[in-house]
Amino acid sequence: MAKKKFVVAAFDDEAVLFPAVKKVRMSGYKIHEVYTPFAVHGLDYALGLRETSIHTAGFIYGITGTCTALGGISFILAYDWPLNFGGKPAFALPAWIPIIFELTVLFSAVGMVLTFCYLCQLAPFVKKHHFNARSSDDLFVMVIECTAKTNVEDLKAFVTSSGAIEVNVQEAETEWWLGTYDKDQRLIKDSHVEVA
Amino acid sequence: MVAIKEQFEVSAKMRTWSLALMALGAIAIIAGFIHWGTSSDQHQKDIFWATLMYNSIFFMLICNASMFFVCATTLAMGGWQTSFRRVPEAISTMVPVFGLIAFAVLMYIVWGMGSHTNIYPWLNVQGLKDEGNHEVLKKLGFLNPYFFFVWTVLAIGLWSLLGWRMRKLSDEADDAALKNEEVGKSFIWRNTVTASLFIVWFALTVGSTVPWLWLMSIDANWYSTMYSWYTFASSFVSGMSLIALWVIYLKNKGYLEYTNEEHLHDLGKFMFAFSIFWTYLWFSQYMLIWYGNISEETVYFLNRVKGVYKGIFFLNLIINFVCPILILMKRSTKRNYTMVTFMAVLILFGHWIDFYQMVMGSVRKEDASLSWLDFGVAAFFVGTMIFFVGKALAKKPLIPKYHPFLKESVIHHT
Repeated sequence: MAKKKFVVAAFDDEAVLFPAVKKVRMSGYKIHEVYTPFAVHGLDYALGLRETSIHTAGFIYGITGTCTALGGISFILAYDWPLNFGGKPAFALPAWIPIIFELTVLFSAVGMVLTFCYLCQLAPFVKKHHFNARSSDDLFVMVIECTAKTNVEDLKAFVTSSGAIEVNVQEAETEWWLGTYDKDQRLIKDSHVEVA
Repeated sequence: MVAIKEQFEVSAKMRTWSLALMALGAIAIIAGFIHWGTSSDQHQKDIFWATLMYNSIFFMLICNASMFFVCATTLAMGGWQTSFRRVPEAISTMVPVFGLIAFAVLMYIVWGMGSHTNIYPWLNVQGLKDEGNHEVLKKLGFLNPYFFFVWTVLAIGLWSLLGWRMRKLSDEADDAALKNEEVGKSFIWRNTVTASLFIVWFALTVGSTVPWLWLMSIDANWYSTMYSWYTFASSFVSGMSLIALWVIYLKNKGYLEYTNEEHLHDLGKFMFAFSIFWTYLWFSQYMLIWYGNISEETVYFLNRVKGVYKGIFFLNLIINFVCPILILMKRSTKRNYTMVTFMAVLILFGHWIDFYQMVMGSVRKEDASLSWLDFGVAAFFVGTMIFFVGKALAKKPLIPKYHPFLKESVIHHT
């Protein structure tokens, strides 16, 4: 796997982070990722990330669950082996709704968790690089990808002037273990960034 | 703070439309009264009064749902609704107006027609004794005209009173004194107290007793523990749709600058979630009775599922469940003004149909026709609502300028 160089800048304030994200993107640098201790509303938008398609996947898993349950129960109870339960019709739809619902939820939940793990490269055998351990405590960590043209010293000075309290340079592996998911970042000129 | 358009003015077009709807409705009500109300056949009279009853109750409850929304968000320390909070407040000014109409109609049915009417079978005590209907006779401690009167007065009166206090408190948000932290804290605390009183009374009325008294007692033999929550869910989801419609109307006219798709998204979420909640209750009520298959329980569903109300009953389910789940599920629909408007109108219509079949399905068992009277009475209530809510909106600034949570609403992100 290819190693890449990153400039890692840590911020201690959301209000500083948002303008910094905007400035870094406006200057043409590519932000690899911003790691935050909690979900920051509007940050995905400021980063220009495309909308996740995990809900579309969830819908498809859910529909699969609905069809599996409905198909399974109706085949068993109405076609293959009809039984008389208290004089109810063999095709007793109202009684099946709870089971259909449960299977819909089960399929979509499990499916979405697995999809999420796949997209975030989370699995027992995958070793993840942590840019800054304090991103799970109290720091907002912005990771900027360096290319061959990037002047690292300039970039470091630039993020420091944008309000970063800690800046360092790291090398890490960024390849995806299955497929790719990092193509879809919109360019700053295509997206309207608002700073709260 | 940038200068913004914060004073609503009722446009001439809006006034004309609301008055036209009111006039149309008034004509329909008078014609309906001549056609049905003056009939010597008691059943014809019942049809007329039951139509007035379900309409007045429906429109009162959806306006009251606005105050419930304000109080629930206040108790939850919610900030996101602050930028358009004056809209549900203005809608809730309709509770006393529609409350008076509903009160008059209910009192005429219970005290005016008394034991002659078949809307409430429990009014005819002698008839119940003659047919030996012990089930209903046992309930007479609850189902009697005196308790009905007292509880109806208390319910409508306290909704109006506590709603008025909430709106009165909201006036303080126009006062710069709220900038002071201590004054702001006391403001939030007094809001919390009044809101919690309202919520408790709301739970004791809309959440339980009032639907039993006003609606479920039409089928006095039948009962369902889901019924009150079902009625609440129905009125709440329509109430949220009504708020969304007013917010979109005001946005279209260039008001409510601080309200944007983020707020609309959350209103859409309420519409979506409570449509599902309504369906959950619909299904729970239906499935248990279907499974138990006991004749005293199935009597309610018999003429709705198999009889003349079949079409309306399932149309109700399609409009209020299938459409919201399929259309409102996507994020982009909930953020789209056109789609939310469409869905809000559809949901309001669907739950109006729901109230129609809840009442008329028991009063008018022989045929299910949504006649000009139903639409006319609804037009009257819609016109009245537009007229008075417009007036209420124009009375004070649309933005509670010094509300402590306003900033939270302005920077709101879903």
